[in-house]
Amino acid sequence: MAHGSGGKATQSLIEAIFLEAFRNPLLEPLEDGAVLGVGSRRLAFTTDSYVVSPLFFPGGDIGDLAVNGTVNDLSVCGSRPLYLSAGFILEEGFPVDDLRRVTASMARAAAEAGVRIVTGDTKVVQRGKADGCYVNTAGVGLIERPVSLSAAGARPGDAVIVSGPIGEHGVTIMLARGELDIEADLVSDTAPLNGLVSALLDACADVPADARPDARSAVDSDAPWDVPPDARQGAVRCLRDATRGGVATILNEIAHASGVAVVVEEDAIPVRPGVRGACELLGIDPLYVACEGRLVAVVDGSAADTALAALRGHPLGEGAALVGHVKDDPPGLVLLKTGFGGTRIVDLLVGDPLPRIC
Amino acid sequence: MRVRSAIRVEGIVQGVGFRPFVYGLAVRLGLGGLVGNDERGVFIEVEGAPALVEEFTAALGGSPPPLAVIERISSRAVPATGETRFAIARSAAGGRRRALVSPDVATCADCLREMDDPADRRYGYAFTNCTNCGPRFTIVENVPYDRPNTTMAAFAMCEDCAREYHDPGDRRFHAQPVCCPACGPRLRLLDRVGGRVAGDPLQGAVELLRGGRVLAVKGLGGYHLAAVASCEPAVAALRSRKHREDKPFAVMVSDLAGARRLCEVDGAEERLLTAPSRPIVLLRRRGDADVAPSVAPGSRWLGLMLPYTPLHHLLLRRLAEPAVLTSGNVSDEPIAYLDDDAVARLGGVADAFLVHDRPIRTRTDDSVVRVFRGDVLPVRRSRGHVPHPLPLAWELPRPVLACGAELKHTFCVARGGHAFVSHHIGDLENYETFRSFTEGVGHFTRLFDVVPEVVAHDLHPEYLSTKYALAQEGVDLVAVQHHHAHVASCLADNGVAGPVIGVAFDGLGYGQDATLWGGEFLVADLTGFERAGHLATVPMPGGTAAIRQPWRMAAAYLDAAYDGAPPGDLDVVRRNAASWEAVVALGHRGVNAPLTSSMGRLFDAVATVAGGRDVINYEGQAAVEWEQRADPGETGEYGFRVTDGTPFAVSGSDLVRAVADDLRAGAEPGVVSARFHNAVARVVAEGCRRVRETSGLSTVALSGGVFQNVLLLERATTLLEDLGFHVLLHRRVPPNDGGISLGQAAVAGARDRLG
Ligand SMILES: [Fe+3]
Ligand SMILES: [Mg+2]
Ligand SMILES: [Zn+2]
Ligand SMILES: [Zn+2]
Repeated sequence: MAHGSGGKATQSLIEAIFLEAFRNPLLEPLEDGAVLGVGSRRLAFTTDSYVVSPLFFPGGDIGDLAVNGTVNDLSVCGSRPLYLSAGFILEEGFPVDDLRRVTASMARAAAEAGVRIVTGDTKVVQRGKADGCYVNTAGVGLIERPVSLSAAGARPGDAVIVSGPIGEHGVTIMLARGELDIEADLVSDTAPLNGLVSALLDACADVPADARPDARSAVDSDAPWDVPPDARQGAVRCLRDATRGGVATILNEIAHASGVAVVVEEDAIPVRPGVRGACELLGIDPLYVACEGRLVAVVDGSAADTALAALRGHPLGEGAALVGHVKDDPPGLVLLKTGFGGTRIVDLLVGDPLPRIC
Repeated sequence: MRVRSAIRVEGIVQGVGFRPFVYGLAVRLGLGGLVGNDERGVFIEVEGAPALVEEFTAALGGSPPPLAVIERISSRAVPATGETRFAIARSAAGGRRRALVSPDVATCADCLREMDDPADRRYGYAFTNCTNCGPRFTIVENVPYDRPNTTMAAFAMCEDCAREYHDPGDRRFHAQPVCCPACGPRLRLLDRVGGRVAGDPLQGAVELLRGGRVLAVKGLGGYHLAAVASCEPAVAALRSRKHREDKPFAVMVSDLAGARRLCEVDGAEERLLTAPSRPIVLLRRRGDADVAPSVAPGSRWLGLMLPYTPLHHLLLRRLAEPAVLTSGNVSDEPIAYLDDDAVARLGGVADAFLVHDRPIRTRTDDSVVRVFRGDVLPVRRSRGHVPHPLPLAWELPRPVLACGAELKHTFCVARGGHAFVSHHIGDLENYETFRSFTEGVGHFTRLFDVVPEVVAHDLHPEYLSTKYALAQEGVDLVAVQHHHAHVASCLADNGVAGPVIGVAFDGLGYGQDATLWGGEFLVADLTGFERAGHLATVPMPGGTAAIRQPWRMAAAYLDAAYDGAPPGDLDVVRRNAASWEAVVALGHRGVNAPLTSSMGRLFDAVATVAGGRDVINYEGQAAVEWEQRADPGETGEYGFRVTDGTPFAVSGSDLVRAVADDLRAGAEPGVVSARFHNAVARVVAEGCRRVRETSGLSTVALSGGVFQNVLLLERATTLLEDLGFHVLLHRRVPPNDGGISLGQAAVAGARDRLG
């Protein structure tokens, strides 16, 4: 299956198989996590499996990746992450020392993010049936703010912000495989984003924004867990962590789900020189490279400065940048304004990038 | 005895003076009846003595007006009515639209004479046209082709023009864009921010050009950027402001004599230069040609064209020297054609704008051709050719939309026995271009009354044209492999069904095994193909980066040719030492290094090793320059191995090794280039010989962008003919990806016929 790179092929796999089988209003939006009503509280709930190679890389390992990834999925739903589960699939013979390293860094990451790992599971499979160690985490968080963040929430006039330089995790991983003769001083950007998200939502909570879009409430407007109609949504409309498929894939999801155009400025996109250089050598576009500690925020245009200031005031958002805007036309497309004033379509890739020029 | 005949004429018979021709013929023969336009073409009824009616019918097809293209004449007897007068009937609206729209046509000799005659009311008028010439496709909004359906709708005819328009005896009878200084479009000269400049616009424009300025000129299908071709500062300024490093500029000369002062022009080239379609013709530059170095840096060729609108004639004549006339855009953007957009986008490039108030409906670039063996070899088929229908060998069961490829994009709508290949759209990744694709599909389906039921597309999952096709609903999709489409386009171009031996050499296309093909020997007909052989695969280190930086292909090929230890004294290795190992490692590890059998990439590799072109600034640059390097007198060639099998594999790395060894032995690059070209021609011949042994086929279709290389084409064709092959070449659509959409349509139609 050519379905792993987070592009259109993955998406059609999800839609054709999983959504078809499990269809319900909570799953339907296919966001990073589900928003659930429990009593009068709103919970965010998510799960993710981690299959990174190598398991240990500059700046992190599969353990903190698995904690941070789930913490981040919960955070971008607008929740405070609380509890995680941890499941392990281990290949027979996987060194116990390595497992200790992984669990130690999970514990460290959980402590840093302020979450507890409260349940777990372990399976050992025959040698060759797995690649060392796979980790699955699930998590729940409490949505305490009257916000409803959604990829379908972007509207013309909104500002598009990334929280820092992009592509560091993905390029670090590619180089860490050690097969390439490329020297670069890079570390993964893996980090828990709950603090950064809090800072952003707090700063934008009271910024007057136009009436919030009702994309979410269309699912089930009377549900007890839905945001009360009189709640202050604040100026943040959508948050996503730019993992697999990179910023380009996230922007495409937003453009598609919201029926809007996302127009970004090539020169405004923050990319560290080391990442840019490695990407040039590898022949890949940093826009499509995974991050594990960066988020994309769509905020009301009037709140762009407030949002930027809030992000930049947090250690994980120092490199935040306004990269573009939401427009009404052409709906569903992401456009990149290039240095020469050209406009390139930044498309959702079907699979791995393949040259299409000749 | 009197007889009456109802006659229908189909083809390009509207807007080309067909009705006045019919009228004149009938009146001369003393026949009664009528003639009119409808959605299918021209309908006629004639009545008179049987012999005269017969003579009329024969003359109809025998000597039609010059721009008419008759596809079918059908007639049947109807009862005579006693009518003795002959009349021209009004156009009727409604019903199915079957009439064909003519391409734009260069100003005719009659119109030029009027423009030169101080006593004529169109003396010096920049928009003079008649039934035999003028704008067509670029101004058509809808069919039937009548003035209200063109961008001339806003210009009310004056009395004089109206008289000509309504007089069946006049050259301008029903010439839809007819106009004159009193009632038609006018020139204006604008400064770089769009403010009007006082004085005679033409004179002002000429003075600016003479002063070394860059001028934007609104032409037929878009804006050009113009500069005096001999003025290096002006041309260099144009180049840097346009962000166009090396790609040659086209030059317009006022007449054939002017062309001969710059280039060698043989009979076939003269015919193409002066054809009503007035393409850019790529010609051999004369040693003493007075053009600035920046016009076509390092090129032995020069793209020349003659004036094709009255405005161009007036401008070139007053300027009295050749002018660079290049597309009005920045970098790789599509050319500007809307007035406000042009001022906004070209304000940083042009010092002034020579514009007019006749809107352009469809952006249409200049067509480009080369000459091969005394006949045309299309490089870009656009203005002057589009939307001329290409006849298909069979009727299509259902209407087809073929979505084309990605670069040099065209699309094609087809129905019945006609394929309408679009104007040159450009590179789809560019949003503006993509929009002209989707908008163009709407325009073509309206113009030609096609509701596509079958949609053909490339196999490449990432082509925007593929994604567009997959998003269409309620149609049958047909995926056509890229090189099958290339070969099919050559078959359709020649009206042949196959099977043939198809040789498709190009940059890249997605193959059925998910590698990138491009050096392919196919056994193909319109419905399907088998891959009989190909160039052995090598990795493309860094994917797209290996196309923009051909030295990466050199690294991959040298690595294969010398088993990982290429000689370190090769210049290409020294020049790229800093990244060499890393790039080779990408290939070894298969990290963003798709495998390719592309002949274009082999050309790139060799052009880098021997020609020093490490990085390209425009598509195909390395190969284009490498062709020009070749010493035409050299007859030697390099050897290569072929691995048996189905498919067989030709070792490209043998050729790279031979090139490198030859260079190290002191051979001149010009000699190396010729030997390499000869070797690739041998690859073609040897591949075809092998396929003939197993298939018994002896017709070869040559397609793909590599066959724009006239040197290779000449040598390959000669070898093939010596071996007794019949060779099919491209004559109507380009061998490059601009021809893909026609091939896709032909395949989709053929498969649809099978059911
Ligand atoms: Fe091609
Ligand atoms: Mg998740
Ligand atoms: Zn004329
Ligand atoms: Zn007039």
